[in-house]
Amino acid sequence: MSDAVSPDVPTLEVVDLVKTFPLSSGFLSRVTGGVHAVDGISFAVGRGETLGIVGESGCGKSTAGRTTLKLLEPTSGQIRLLGRDITRLSRAQIRPIRREMQMIFQDPFSSLNPRMTAGQLVGEPLGIHHLARGAERIDRIEALFKQVGLRPEQMDDQPQQFSGGQRQRIAIARALSVKPSLIICDEPVSALDVSIQAQVVNLMMDLQDQYQLSYVFIAHDIAIVEQISHRIAVMYLGRIVEMAETKTLIGEPLHPYTEALLAAVPKPKPGMGRRRKALGGDIPSPINPPPGCHFHTRCPIAVARCRVERPALRTVASGRQAACHLR
Amino acid sequence: MTLAPESLGRSSRPSRRQRLFRSMLDALRNPLLAVGGFLVLIQLVAVLFVGHILPFGPNTMDYNALLGAPGASHLLGTDELGRDILSRLVDGARLSLSVGLGSVAMAALIGVPLGLVAGYLGGAFDAIFMRLIDSIIALPPLVLALTIAAVLGTGLVNTTIAIAIVAIPAFTRLVRGQVLSLKTNDYVLAAESLGAPTWLILFRHILPNAINPVIVQASLAIGFAIITESSLSFIGLGAQPPQSTWGSMVQVGFQYLELQPFYALAPATMIFLAVLGFNMLGEGLRQQFDPASRGIK
Repeated sequence: MSDAVSPDVPTLEVVDLVKTFPLSSGFLSRVTGGVHAVDGISFAVGRGETLGIVGESGCGKSTAGRTTLKLLEPTSGQIRLLGRDITRLSRAQIRPIRREMQMIFQDPFSSLNPRMTAGQLVGEPLGIHHLARGAERIDRIEALFKQVGLRPEQMDDQPQQFSGGQRQRIAIARALSVKPSLIICDEPVSALDVSIQAQVVNLMMDLQDQYQLSYVFIAHDIAIVEQISHRIAVMYLGRIVEMAETKTLIGEPLHPYTEALLAAVPKPKPGMGRRRKALGGDIPSPINPPPGCHFHTRCPIAVARCRVERPALRTVASGRQAACHLR
Repeated sequence: MTLAPESLGRSSRPSRRQRLFRSMLDALRNPLLAVGGFLVLIQLVAVLFVGHILPFGPNTMDYNALLGAPGASHLLGTDELGRDILSRLVDGARLSLSVGLGSVAMAALIGVPLGLVAGYLGGAFDAIFMRLIDSIIALPPLVLALTIAAVLGTGLVNTTIAIAIVAIPAFTRLVRGQVLSLKTNDYVLAAESLGAPTWLILFRHILPNAINPVIVQASLAIGFAIITESSLSFIGLGAQPPQSTWGSMVQVGFQYLELQPFYALAPATMIFLAVLGFNMLGEGLRQQFDPASRGIK
């Protein structure tokens, strides 16, 4: 499938993706409202590229990832994988295509079936997609184990016998087994110790270089995202508020929310670096989001216009977008 | 430079076989499990081996010893046709256990997949289907089994089917509940994201994690099935002569209670021990699978 795609077609294109969860109440379960988890986001990821998505808990970044993979049914918008529109494919239709898009989950303690061995877990996708069986499958599993830094002798061990970092390596080997084009990583390192985080991120970057993988790397920690991403999208309450090359976004953030996120990163030395701007308050409810700019309730520079008019995600410079009336 | 320092240094971790052995030793320390297992084991041994070494067949009649008292040749005495009660008891164990195991196996084979599907699919199917199951639960189990057995007719096969139908709802509800909690696990979502078909998700990812309570339920259900079969046989719906299960022996022996008390009391004791054994085994397994309920660990 990937051979037929010309190099200028992005691996993944998402256009105006909306995911609303209906809220029902009462005896007959009438739909009385909705949670606007993802409120019209657009992005593209090229071959061999990593797009980081950052934002606070509850901003819709995980929902965005899951909806993109069609694990949740999108409410509206379009998802194109390797140029092919997969938005309206049924569950059965999408199964063979899932080979091209894999997912790594946040918690390696719950994303690996405790009743299967590490080898079975890594080999399972090969079986589902009829890629290898018997001795060939064992060989492939061994090779994958070595590739992610596990020893093939550990194949018969169960997930409980591994540490968090090792489990995440199993999850990576599993995703890698079918040679996908795209891996969506939903907070893949936030459940790990800091020292292990770097190892896993390095492993993921090595694998990307080797296989020209595209990643969507979802995390709440902008420092980790900065390390792995070529471009970063900042999400707030279901919308992308700023998207730019990593260096540009970190160096000179445009949106006040991006500034606040950066200010929250601990500094190696006190008193050096960025200006501190602690953000007060909580993220508003996505059931009843504030009108205008979603961020105006917490924005240090908000003006009257921000309370009424929704700022569009404008292209500010080449490859750089921000959604703020004032910047 | 090593890529994965944390993958090194696997200390002397016990192998799978060692772990299995250890957990079996641990299980024997649980009195419920040990006693229950012992009682069940004895019945199985009796059914499989003892029948062959007894001097009398279950249907061999000895007209010289009608309702004979226990003695050297007939350890538990003889019945009204001069048949050896011990032999009939062992043969009755074979039939009682067959009905118990058979009906529970049938109930589990039907009830478990139904619960899996209902819990996983949810929606209208789940809502309508579970109300049907509820309507079975609403009826008293013995009365329902009696009615079904009466409709199907006498005989052990029909008894087995009747008991199975009564036992299905417990399995379905149990498994459905398990599925509802298990299906929110990331590994189920992960399997779906791999492109796994629904049957694979159900049978490889959900069922193995839901099986422990099913095993417990099966053990408890066998106790229930044995007592139901005995009740049905006691009122004449189950085993038909010359076949005899414990229930039908109690029924006939009841008439000769004063002449030959062992005729009724021996099978009644067996029913008691069998049900006790399976219930203790089930309860012991539940504690073993769920250490929190023992209040330790």
